[in-house]
Parts: sequence; C-alpha cells; structure tokens
Amino acid sequence: MQKRFFLRAIACAAVAASATTAMAQDKFKIGLILPMTGPFASTGKQIEAAARLYMAQNGDMVAGKKVELIVKDDTSAPDVTKRIAQEMVVNDKVSVLAGFGLTPLAFATAPIATQSKTPLVVMAAATSSITQASPFIVRTSFTLPQAAVAIADWAPNNGIKKVVTLVADYGPGIDAEKYFKDRLIFNGGQVLDTLRVPMRNPDFAPFLQKVRDLKPDAVYVFVPSGAGAALMKQFAERGMDKAGIKLIGTGDITDDDILNSMGDVANGVVTSHHYSASHNSPLNKKFVAAFEKANNGLRPNFMAVGGYDGMRVIYEAAKATKGAGGQALLDAMKGQVFESPRGPMFIDAQTRDVVHNIYIRKVEKVGGQLYNQEFATIKDVKDPGKAR
Amino acid sequence: MLTILFDGIAYGMLLFILAVGLSVTMGLMNFINLAHGAFAMAGGYLTVVLMQRWDVPFLWCLPLAFAGAALLGAVLERTLYRHMYRKPHLDQVLFSIGLAFMSVASMDYFMGSQQQIMQLPEWLRGRTELWDGALGMGHYRLFIIAVCAALTVGLQFILAKTRFGSRLRASVDDARVASGLGIRVNLVFAATFAVGSGLAGLGGALGAEVLGLDPTFPLKFMVYFLIVVAVGGTSSITGPLWAALLLGVADVAGKYYMPKLGSFIVYSLMIAILIWRPQGLFVRKGGR
Repeated sequence: MQKRFFLRAIACAAVAASATTAMAQDKFKIGLILPMTGPFASTGKQIEAAARLYMAQNGDMVAGKKVELIVKDDTSAPDVTKRIAQEMVVNDKVSVLAGFGLTPLAFATAPIATQSKTPLVVMAAATSSITQASPFIVRTSFTLPQAAVAIADWAPNNGIKKVVTLVADYGPGIDAEKYFKDRLIFNGGQVLDTLRVPMRNPDFAPFLQKVRDLKPDAVYVFVPSGAGAALMKQFAERGMDKAGIKLIGTGDITDDDILNSMGDVANGVVTSHHYSASHNSPLNKKFVAAFEKANNGLRPNFMAVGGYDGMRVIYEAAKATKGAGGQALLDAMKGQVFESPRGPMFIDAQTRDVVHNIYIRKVEKVGGQLYNQEFATIKDVKDPGKAR
Repeated sequence: MLTILFDGIAYGMLLFILAVGLSVTMGLMNFINLAHGAFAMAGGYLTVVLMQRWDVPFLWCLPLAFAGAALLGAVLERTLYRHMYRKPHLDQVLFSIGLAFMSVASMDYFMGSQQQIMQLPEWLRGRTELWDGALGMGHYRLFIIAVCAALTVGLQFILAKTRFGSRLRASVDDARVASGLGIRVNLVFAATFAVGSGLAGLGGALGAEVLGLDPTFPLKFMVYFLIVVAVGGTSSITGPLWAALLLGVADVAGKYYMPKLGSFIVYSLMIAILIWRPQGLFVRKGGR
C-alpha cells in the first residue's frame, strides 16, 4: 500500500515536472531577488513596486511569451541570495536574474550568472567593481564613484575648497571617500581629514565635533540612508551650519524615500546623484505620478528608478531576441540607449555599466514637501572606476 | 575638549538609564535578561508612534514610554520570566535572546525596518556656547543629563531610604531569609523588574533621537548594556552609573581623538578593567 502510494506520488511529480517544462517554453521568467525584510527592506519595496509598475504599463507579454516575475526575499544575506539564484536558475529556469540590493549580494551571485550563462541585472548595488565580477552582469542603477566625482567637480567651483570627509566604514563608503578625495585634490581642493564611522555607530557626536574643530568649508558625507537622517539632525543640532560648514554628499543621504520625514534639517543640503523624484521631464512626471498612485503615495527613489529601467532593459532585450535567453539576451542588453525617468541613459556595451547624467541638487521645500531640486547637470558620466 | 566631555557624559547617562534595569535584574534575581533592549525599543517606538500619529507632546511621551515599557515588563515577568528564575543560566540566556529576536522580527513586521525619525520640540533643538565655543552644549543633551541625573538621585533614594528599598536589598542579599521574614519576595522582584523595564523604555524614548531607532535596536545595544553591567558590577546603582559615564566619555573621546581606532576603545577599556577587577569596578565585599 505504502509502496503503491509512493509510486503514484512519483508519477504525479513526473507529470507535474513535465508540465512545468512545457509551460516554461511559452513563459519568460524574471527572477527578482531583493531584500524584502531587514534593514534594507525599503530597497526591496521600491524596486519591486517599480518592476510591477513597468509590467502594468507595458503589458506582461513580450515576443509572444508571458512574462512571469518571481520575487524572492534574500534578507540581504549573501549566501541566501546565492542559494535563491541557484534555485531560480535550476528549478524555475529563469531567463534573467535581477535585483541585488547590496554589493556583497551581487558578488555572491556573480559566479552563478557566469556558469549558467544567465544575464544578471543589478538594479541597486553601486560598488564600481560589480560589473567586473562576471561577464553576464549588466547594471541599471548607478555607481558610487560617478556621484562622488560629480560633487568633487562641483565643489571647488562654488567656494568649497577645504573639505573633511565622513563616511561609513564599509565598501561603498570607502569608494565614496576615495573617488571624492582624489578628484577634489585633482581640482585643487584640499581634504583636511578623512573620518570613517563604524557601521554600528551609536552616536555621531565625536565625529561631527571633530569636523567642527577642523573648520572646513564643507563636510562630505556618505552613510547608509537611514543613518543619514540622524547625522543631519546632529549636524544641525551642533550648530555646524551656523559655524559656516556646509553639508555635501552623494544623493544617498537625501534619499527621496525618507527625505520628507527628515524635516527642515535637510533643507539646503547639496548632493550629487543620478535621480531625483523632482527631475523635470514629462517622462519622470508620469513615472512619479503612476508610482505614487500604485503605492499609496510612496515617493519613488533612486532604487525604484534602477528597478524600472532594469525592467525596461530586460523587456527590450527579450523583444530583440524573441524571448531567447543566455548570451543572445545579454548581447541585446548591451548598448541600449533610451530615455529613463532619470534622464537620458545608456548601457555601455564594453563595461555593461550604466552611463547617465549626474545632477547637482539642493534640498528645497516645494509645496510643503522637501525635494532634491536639480540645478546643474554633468552630462554622460561614465563610471570613473572603469577608466583605470 | 569640554564639549567632548559634555557629549560623553550625555551619552554615558543615556547608557546608564538604558542599562540600570538590566543591572538590577541581574544582581537581584541572578537572571540574565538579554531581551532588556527590547523594552527600550518598545519605549522608543511608543514615543515615535504617539508623537507621529497622535501628536502627543514630547514631554508627555516620556512618562508614557516608561509606563508602557513597565507594563510590558510586568506582564512578561508574570507570564514568562517567572518560570525561568530557577532554570540554569544557559536556559535563561537562550530564552531571553530568543525573546530579543522575536521582538526584532515583530517590530520589523509591524513598524517596518527603516530608521524612525522623530521631531523634537523647538525648545530642545538649540545649542548654547560658553567660553567662546570651548564648551558647546546641545539643549537636548543637556535635557538628557538633567533627566538622567534626577532619576539617579531618585533611584538611589528609593534604594537607600525607603522601606521598599530595604526590602529589595534584603531580597537580593538572601531571598530565602527575606521571605522567612515575611517579605513577599516574588512581588518585590516583579515590581523591580517592571521598574527596570520602564527605565529601559524611558531610555529608549530619550535615546531615539541620539542613538537612532530601528528594529535591530535590542541587538545593536545589547553589547553596550552588558559592558556597563560587567564593568559596573551588579550590586549597586552607583557602579553601573560610573561605568556608563566612563564608557560614554571614553567612547566619545576615543572616537574624537583616534577616529581610526573607532569603537574599539570601549572594548579595550573593558578588557583592561576586567583584568584588573574581574568582579567589576564597584563591588561590595561579601556580595554575590
């Protein structure tokens, strides 16, 4: 009895398995791996919402195949990301892996992309060297050096010569410090000190006091976005703005997602980034309105735009290959030129990395809400990390 | 220089309020409560929710945070902790760390994982500079110091001068004899546990602005609480107070003067002190 049941179960499983393979042929599957819980859950939320928005706007059929989006939570643990990617490639037979909220998550999964020849679209992680980890990686987010170099170009021309850098002591922070410092010195500026704050830092007081005592023209900041709010508050509380010290940084600290809840302390902060929700273009206005409508008033941030453009790249590539995957799909992703809500962008065919404008923005109050208002543009910034 | 000292003291005071409850329960009930930070987090979130959703003034939030966390502490003590008192330490540690993880996960679920940001009232935002900027004091930090100092004096008074305090000390010294003398040790423990949790809640509410508040709070600061308790000893409240102040000043000064060493200063200090006095800095002779 037991045995018969077992055999029947196997038979069922076999039928089911063959059914899914048959189904797989008329489906185009995208495996979206994101941190949906834990400290980086907002990244996952933004990207998933943007990906679903793109599908809602552009239909779920591409080259005659039904697009299926499989979203999995990796809790921002690299080994989990890798395991999920493996399952997606082997069991679900996805054509594309996408998402990747943080640098280590992308690095952990790179070997799977290479071995299975599955294109991997990085929609969030921003460390320069990610695209070098596998020839199958394409990036639609941004690279930190792009933003860091832009603000280092802007600062010396605007009365900021002496700067102290204050970064979180981890990969992207050190990237942000290095590229900013090199470029600022190249531009004739001066870096008085480079401070690195431990990741689990309870209090910014000593670092900010150090900055204050060094009396720079500005302090350049890179910290994960949640910590940025606390830092800005303490910056204001310490009266640093009154002491004539400006706060500059990459756009991560004035993340659109939480900018409003930071309150007036964020007002006037100058940052450089590739996307602001207030970017003035018809496409972006449409994107922001649709995004807010679909997500209960949530404002899209740079993570969302990375996810949205990532879906665009995948869709267009799939159209070009008529739904085929692997190397052909990857080749169709390279060199795509298009207009994104962030402005014009393209995927560099050689580096598979994103090239786009970097904007210098200032936080201002518009209609009672805080926005990053763009006021200067640096055109077609390639990742400086690849130039070497 | 003076500013650094000031910031360090404010930070130390905050640590003290957060950790004093842990020190009392550890000394008193010989119970290692690693979930202590969860009560602090509860107080912090209560404040944020009250302020953001119902526009309760900040000053009202503080006693409410205390009361909320104390209530939570009392309920959990009666329902869960009580059964753990007689268990071995390993069981207690496993139980309370499990509780801490559960609190992290449930906060994440209900409140989301992002940092909570709260807006202080205007009168706490300013800053006073003395002696040509040699001493700069943020008003909020000044407020923290004042509140914590008042609490310390109050606690010390209760422990040393009131009947409850003497009962408490008697129960700590020898629970069996104390109960033989008619002291209801169970009730004393429950009340103390609730007050300790309440203080943590208050600390969480006060600290949300300075330390940040997200669901990983109980785990992030567990190490700091344990250092305060380990260095300060568990038999008095002056011990943890000095330990917290020392750690606060050392941490802030260390990060100011040697940023490269970062947060390592605190740990080296703890190692040095514990090698010198393994029982903690301030321990009565003959105490447990």
